[in-house]
Amino acid sequence: MNSAQIEIQLIASLVAIACAIPGTFLVLRKMALITDAISHSILLGIVIGFFLTNDLSSPLLIPIAALSGILTVILVEFIQKTNLVKEDTAIGLVFPTMFSIGVILIDKKADDVHLDLDAVLVGKIEYAPLNSFIWDGINLGPKALWVIGIIALITIILLFAFFKELKISTFDAGLAAALGLSPVAVHYGLMTVASITTVGAFDAVGAILVIAFMIAPAAIAYLLTNDLIKMLIFSCTFGIVSAISGYWLAHIINASIAGCMTTILGILFLIVYLFAPNKGYFSVLYRQKQQRIEVSLLTLLLHLRNHKDDETERHVKHLNEHINWQQVRAKSVLDLARNNNMIYIQNDIISLTEKGEHFTSEAIDYIISNKNSEIEHMKDRFFLFRG
Amino acid sequence: MSLQEYIELIFTDYTLRTVTIGTAVLGTICGMLGSFAVLRKQSLLGDAISHAALPGIALAFLLFGELNIFNEFLADMLGKIIGSEQSYAILTFLISNKSFTILIGALCSGIIGTIWIRGITNKTHLKSDTALGLILSLFFGFGMLLLTYIQKQPNANQAGLDGYLFGQAATLLERDVWLMAVILLISFLMLLIFWKELKLLLFDTDYTRTLGFNSKFLDILISTFIVIAIVIGLQTVGVVLMSAMLLAPAAAARQWTNSLSVMVILASGFGALSGVIGTAISASQNNLSTGPVIVLVAAVFVFISFIFSPGRGLLFREIRFRKNRTDLELHKTLSFMYHIASDHENISHPHAIKILNNFRGFTKKSLKQLEHKDYITINGNMWAMTQSGYETASNLYNQLKVDHE
Repeated sequence: MNSAQIEIQLIASLVAIACAIPGTFLVLRKMALITDAISHSILLGIVIGFFLTNDLSSPLLIPIAALSGILTVILVEFIQKTNLVKEDTAIGLVFPTMFSIGVILIDKKADDVHLDLDAVLVGKIEYAPLNSFIWDGINLGPKALWVIGIIALITIILLFAFFKELKISTFDAGLAAALGLSPVAVHYGLMTVASITTVGAFDAVGAILVIAFMIAPAAIAYLLTNDLIKMLIFSCTFGIVSAISGYWLAHIINASIAGCMTTILGILFLIVYLFAPNKGYFSVLYRQKQQRIEVSLLTLLLHLRNHKDDETERHVKHLNEHINWQQVRAKSVLDLARNNNMIYIQNDIISLTEKGEHFTSEAIDYIISNKNSEIEHMKDRFFLFRG
Repeated sequence: MSLQEYIELIFTDYTLRTVTIGTAVLGTICGMLGSFAVLRKQSLLGDAISHAALPGIALAFLLFGELNIFNEFLADMLGKIIGSEQSYAILTFLISNKSFTILIGALCSGIIGTIWIRGITNKTHLKSDTALGLILSLFFGFGMLLLTYIQKQPNANQAGLDGYLFGQAATLLERDVWLMAVILLISFLMLLIFWKELKLLLFDTDYTRTLGFNSKFLDILISTFIVIAIVIGLQTVGVVLMSAMLLAPAAAARQWTNSLSVMVILASGFGALSGVIGTAISASQNNLSTGPVIVLVAAVFVFISFIFSPGRGLLFREIRFRKNRTDLELHKTLSFMYHIASDHENISHPHAIKILNNFRGFTKKSLKQLEHKDYITINGNMWAMTQSGYETASNLYNQLKVDHE
């Protein structure tokens, strides 16, 4: 590894951290797509900033572009407040319009200068080490490293300083307002951080991949945990892991670095989406199947209880007729009930055991008092085997 | 260039004519199907799908850009089923008609993206915004990874690909326009046939299901058509602007009507108009890309609709709001006067204007309005209630009482 390689990986990791922190809160607040809007409309800010300073590497570009990001948020919220269109439509109207103005400005004015649209959208982290920050004649390392490093540092400091405010206003805006924490200020603060991070990171990974770095690690973490602190740690870790492994993938297959980082993120997300315990695709499918059988079991027990005195109703062969089940399902439900010691079968007549009766009467109490969700906890007490 | 000259130019200039008709047809399709996207709260689906189409485009280009081992192998495999002559004819067709092949690729990856978005929102607790953002960025990133391979191909004809990022309306060919027209016709027929079902699905999905319609099929049908509309628009307006093309005409049309059929017609009209006007503006200037101009024209339509539409527009809403407020203040003043007047035997007994001072709603203007309505008479510093004013005020009071109950 030479120093340029280390620098690129360092920049990418810092981008991952700086994106993952605001990204986590955006995903939790259901505002993930605002990053999409911001990352597109900062083009307008960059173009205007470029016209003002005539220098694409001027530090003034960052605040100007971040301002256009915040302007997007304000416009979107203004349109949402008029109630003329639904909220997602507001986002979809604002950012293409601002992007269009940006493209037209480039077409009309910047023809003779080099302002590459591709570079804005796709990013050129490959060349980041070449653009050094020279101060007083001393080479202080790549400029992008400084920019994104400062942004990441500020983001982390803000996270520690306002963690309580962020947490409360994310999960209960009403409580936050009642406690005097001003959810509005937190909201705009978060938006400002997201804008600045997007602007700072677009240089390295490009505007669209900033979205990937903001949303994907947070989404992966959200599928694995419900704890905010763990989620923040997980999303930073996943961001860094995919940044570094993406870099080496790009090195091996000789392809676009940013593209490889996103592809790694995509693969990670696919794996977690399919296999995450409790929340992944397969475990949700499994749980749904389990619940279907358990609901059937409850139906069976209620039926047995209702017909305590009528043996014909409790005959094995009558189950098909009376509860309208297919044979296979009836068998698996009966097996489950027997395994859990809820019923016994004598001469093909099914009867409730003492435990089964106890369970059924408690379940009826919950159903009558409309507390169906309590039955889930009850199952833990009664069931040895689940469906 | 005058308007007349421009219209003449449309008829004589091949490129201009193709682009004008093409953008108009595209605008119509987008307006028509976009109405459904907007009402189904899938506005940003357009944005996600247009980005998600990139890997499909790149793969189609890599696999079927020219004869290679992979597609020859595929053709051999297919040849065993349908005969090698036909399968090679299909392969040659795909290779020679690049824009069509790319379209198919874009369509496939767009549909995969849509299915995955549904999977994420249905099976996990991640919300639709996160799902859209994920698919958008992850697919696009993978597409960029593939693009690097295309750029490395020495004889790759990249002209067709660059257009997809930012749109190059000028590269539209007559057969592209024909393709769009055919799709317009098909989607129009689809809407006609399934109009009732789609309308039901839009406004009451559960009711649709209880009536026995296959809501899943309808859902997939309309989503597929929306994806098709997005994919054919990519070449003209590009990835980023496609979402605006889909929803701006529909959002504008929504402001003018509450009826779905009127909205679809209006949206198609707005879409077509933005296409034609946008093309005209960009053609009359140097260095002006067509896509962004079309989107800006559509945005102007939205802006005008937001402000000036009579039913929902901000301007008329404000006017109505103000009128209600002055009416209310007038009523308050009138009922205050009524209380004073009812203390006297003669209701037209004059009172000093001064005694109204401790009441906030009163202004000179409101007094004049009341006089104009013939509720009171003013004589110097004194006012007196008229018979009609007294009656109105007492009824007003009754009405308020009824309202409170």
